[in-house]
Amino acid sequence: MKARVYVTLKRGVLDPQGKAVCGSLHQLGYREVTDVRVGKYMDVTLGGLPRQEAEKRLRAMCEKLLANTVIEDFRFELQED
Amino acid sequence: MKFGIVVFPGSNCDHDVYHVVKHLIGQEASFLWHKETGLAGIDCVILPGGFAHGDYLRCGAIARFSPIMKSIEEFAAQGGMVFGICNGFQVLTEAGLLPGALVRNAGLRYICRDVHLRVERQDTPYTARLKPGTVLKIPIGHGEGCYYAPEEVLRSLEEKRQVAFRYCDAAGQVTAESNPNGSLRAIAGICNERGNVLGMMPHPDRCAEEILGNAQGRKIFESILHAWQHARRSRI
Repeated sequence: MKARVYVTLKRGVLDPQGKAVCGSLHQLGYREVTDVRVGKYMDVTLGGLPRQEAEKRLRAMCEKLLANTVIEDFRFELQED
Repeated sequence: MKFGIVVFPGSNCDHDVYHVVKHLIGQEASFLWHKETGLAGIDCVILPGGFAHGDYLRCGAIARFSPIMKSIEEFAAQGGMVFGICNGFQVLTEAGLLPGALVRNAGLRYICRDVHLRVERQDTPYTARLKPGTVLKIPIGHGEGCYYAPEEVLRSLEEKRQVAFRYCDAAGQVTAESNPNGSLRAIAGICNERGNVLGMMPHPDRCAEEILGNAQGRKIFESILHAWQHARRSRI
């Protein structure tokens, strides 16, 4: 089973990287862009777990390590092999 | 007094801190490899600056689960002195020993220069020799030093007087220009409610002797020693 975990800064936490990218897009003429938030994703491969159990454990992994819930939100997608 | 200096893979100010406590303050110092699990006989644990575990994932995120951290958490819970400098501060917030988080500097740049700090309170072991309002000139060297906490946490920090140091100008005024990294409420260092755990982004270890042109950082280490001696005397 494969999981893709997305981690992004919470709304309200300043994202200077996103702001810089947004500014650069404006410079290129993409005036329609109103905001950019930069995040990251991690591909996690899991073995031998029923889906429900995998979801439960992934949530715990995110809360403990993969995301810092003081500043970041997370979500994930699970894909059977 | 015995200082224990934690060494993570990627710590790079461990020897600076060792030099200060051993040769300038004249106390016992030992290195504590991050895989050790005991703190026998240590009076103050220092988490030094650097890039623990390469700062992978987030600064301090991996270090926070190093084996030694469990002993440090227990030591802190018993009232032991735990002092995080720069990367050490980031590790302490990731570990939940201090509230909030340190995120990318508002200007995106790594900043390495002197800044001014205003001491906000004297009743912590780290500021025992510094009057509130004292302005210290101490260097910073970080890319992720912008202090962030949700509004309710910031309010609670102020109410409980947990802000130990704020960025300010040479006259001690907190202004937008004197804040190098966008830290909320100009926070440069905070302590826990009890005052025994403190983290700060600036580096007192890099300005603790005259030969470096600035010895102001030494006052923080002298405060720790003073507080320890004072506590010891009152126990006897």
